[in-house]
Amino acid sequence: MTAPLLEVTDLAVSFVDSPAVRGVSLTLAPGERVAVVGQSGSGKSTTAHAIIGLLPGAGRVTDGAIRWRGEDITHAGERRMRRLRGREIGLVPQDPMSNLNPVSRVGRQVAETLVAHGMCGRRQAWRQAVDLLGQAGIPEPARRARQYPHEFSGGMRQRVLIAIALACRPDLLIADEPTSALDVTVQRQILDHLEKLTDELGTALLLVTHDLGLAVDRTSRVVVMSEGEVVETGPARQVLTEPREEYTKRLVAAVPSLSAPKRVTAAEVSPVLEVSHVSKEYRVRGRGGVLRAVDDVSFTVGRGRTTAIVGESGSGKTTTAHMVLGLVPATSGRILLDGEEIVGLRGSSLRAARRAMQPVFQNPYASLNPMWTVDRIVAEPLRTFGVGDRATRRSRVAELLDQVALPAAMAHRYPNELSGGQRQRVAIARALALGPRLVVCDEPVSALDVLVQDQILDLLSSLQAELGLSYLFISHDLAVVRSLAHDVLVMRDGRVVEQGPVEQVLTAPTDEYTRQLLEAVPGATVFA
Amino acid sequence: MTVAEVTTAAAPLVRGRTLRRIRRDPMGVVGGVLLLAVVVAGVFAPLLAPYPPTEVHFSTPFQQPATVGFALGTDDLGRDVLSRVLYGIRASLEVGLLSVLVAVVAGVPLGLLAGYWRWVDAIVSRLADLMLAFPALVLAVGLAAVNGGGLANAAIALGIAQIPTMIRVVRAETLRLKESDFVLAAHTMHAGSSRILGQHILPNALSAIIVQATVIMPTAVLGEAILSFLGLGIQPPDPSLGIMLSDAQQYLFRTPWPGIFPGIAIALICLGFNLFGDALRDALDPRSAR
Repeated sequence: MTAPLLEVTDLAVSFVDSPAVRGVSLTLAPGERVAVVGQSGSGKSTTAHAIIGLLPGAGRVTDGAIRWRGEDITHAGERRMRRLRGREIGLVPQDPMSNLNPVSRVGRQVAETLVAHGMCGRRQAWRQAVDLLGQAGIPEPARRARQYPHEFSGGMRQRVLIAIALACRPDLLIADEPTSALDVTVQRQILDHLEKLTDELGTALLLVTHDLGLAVDRTSRVVVMSEGEVVETGPARQVLTEPREEYTKRLVAAVPSLSAPKRVTAAEVSPVLEVSHVSKEYRVRGRGGVLRAVDDVSFTVGRGRTTAIVGESGSGKTTTAHMVLGLVPATSGRILLDGEEIVGLRGSSLRAARRAMQPVFQNPYASLNPMWTVDRIVAEPLRTFGVGDRATRRSRVAELLDQVALPAAMAHRYPNELSGGQRQRVAIARALALGPRLVVCDEPVSALDVLVQDQILDLLSSLQAELGLSYLFISHDLAVVRSLAHDVLVMRDGRVVEQGPVEQVLTAPTDEYTRQLLEAVPGATVFA
Repeated sequence: MTVAEVTTAAAPLVRGRTLRRIRRDPMGVVGGVLLLAVVVAGVFAPLLAPYPPTEVHFSTPFQQPATVGFALGTDDLGRDVLSRVLYGIRASLEVGLLSVLVAVVAGVPLGLLAGYWRWVDAIVSRLADLMLAFPALVLAVGLAAVNGGGLANAAIALGIAQIPTMIRVVRAETLRLKESDFVLAAHTMHAGSSRILGQHILPNALSAIIVQATVIMPTAVLGEAILSFLGLGIQPPDPSLGIMLSDAQQYLFRTPWPGIFPGIAIALICLGFNLFGDALRDALDPRSAR
């Protein structure tokens, strides 16, 4: 075996006096690909940051050693680290939106890296930057290098960041959740490209991710972390198929997979919601044109059933949900709730329609008023609809919290004192308060860690069985949809490209785009 | 909305966390101590002052500080400087509070409405722009000149001059908050506009409003001193830090003390509010959570 490129032994990192990482060891051979997998707060990013000496604020390495080609860099000075970063170790950061300077041309930002590391003079830097952008898969690099970051899509920006990270041909590339902000098909292209580039250059890759499927797909070895410690480490496939540790088993079991047993319950088919030929147009200011955000969409949601809308960002799925909720007026088409038209309703009839359908939004950190206690949040719909008096409302809130499996003691907490999963349970309890027939779930689990996601999906399906709820379920995640929905629509650019029963659409897709989406799901082949 | 609900809504603002954070900020501690000292001096002026502020001692004018009986000396009419400074602080705080009240009472509802409805925004924001075109102090001087002197008129003039900035702050918060998911969720519960504005947006804008109030306060204190100095604010012989400065000016080369102490008092009041306001803003900002 060759000498390891990177060797981390018993690393411990603390913030002030709370330890964030304890006893972490990992090695990386030249050209090897290793993934560090864990949920938020598991210490995976902290480990990556410690390696390149970029611990934020009060973070300090308190124990252990980091060796780079045998050289101890644990407490190396800033000068050494600056030369190391970029030149020898490249970093692809998580958020492509905030990691490029918005007022500087893209090409210049790449060229700057080259010049700063003395890879070439100012004169050749621009030409080389254009080459690098081309290699990173940016079409027409000469023209696009002159553009500014806001003219690039998220995927394109991530390619720019990859170009910057690989500019000095480092021996190791650390990618910290490089694609978690991107759509699944874009994610696939980026990772394919990253793989190809690192192969060509012989660069080792340390991939930090929360997505077990992604880790297994893209790397040969996986390090599973939880609460600051390494739980399990081993060859990627083995960790996935024969996990040794209890935690890894739970993690693997929670990954919604394309072949997982379904939570779906059988139910009658009379529709609660019928949407027919609905469109939404926005006038584009200045250009005199119209943007069709949603174009001729029709579907139904059966009583006690779940219809899912799947699509990437910009597909019009959220706009569709907002039209159903009456938050955005539809330009044309009909939306029938229990046979009654709800487009253009006002006053008391709108009020009645709203009582019958309630939303659960994506981000449980944003959808709960931070200044209110849980019981007040859950009771709000009861108050706005004037249901019951104080005492009956209080007992209803207790009942609702019980239904979503939250302890009664939570009632007097504020949202910022709850975890993400608990907050989403509060949001679900609020949605159920009025006893709606339809719950519109807009990406209800995409902001949550995989174990929590699993619990929330279980909760949603058991509530459906218990209360006969119907769900309109918006998601970008096909695996989640598979485990919960009866029917599915695949949307792209405002249009429905395919729709039908979940089984049929996901096992025998007829549309090319659906097929692409399915193939792009990380770990699809492994979990199948 | 019941009283109990209001207190629960505002509770996170005043819960221990905010105070703890201010305590950890050395500048915040300095500001807090200064503020406390100034408020105690103002509130208990009648108890602390050795003489009535307008009592003259014609036999002992221009006494040096540390003279027996007159800790900070006397002015040209033999009035006790310490007593006058204490009462002057009291007057300054009264003007400050009153003008903050005026700015909040007028600015907050207008800001909420302007942020929430575009057509209101068109009117309110243009008027606010119009007022902002004049420097706040010039506006206050003009209003005070029209309305005449006196503490209340000065406070109202200074408060009115601060309304546009308050409108802007509240409007910006409202614009941000009305797009938030919890407001969207409230819409789907068929919550009315007054409910959304009063119970969802206002409590969340409170921290910005409080911080803006601590910014307005020292401006108003300074404004009162300037108006009184110009003879447009509090009228003699009532004590005011501004009047003391203006009186001391004539004898500045003979005895500077009657001018120095009120100047220090003004500086301390403003410093206290500014430091405390900065610390409060940092402590209330949820983004600085760690």
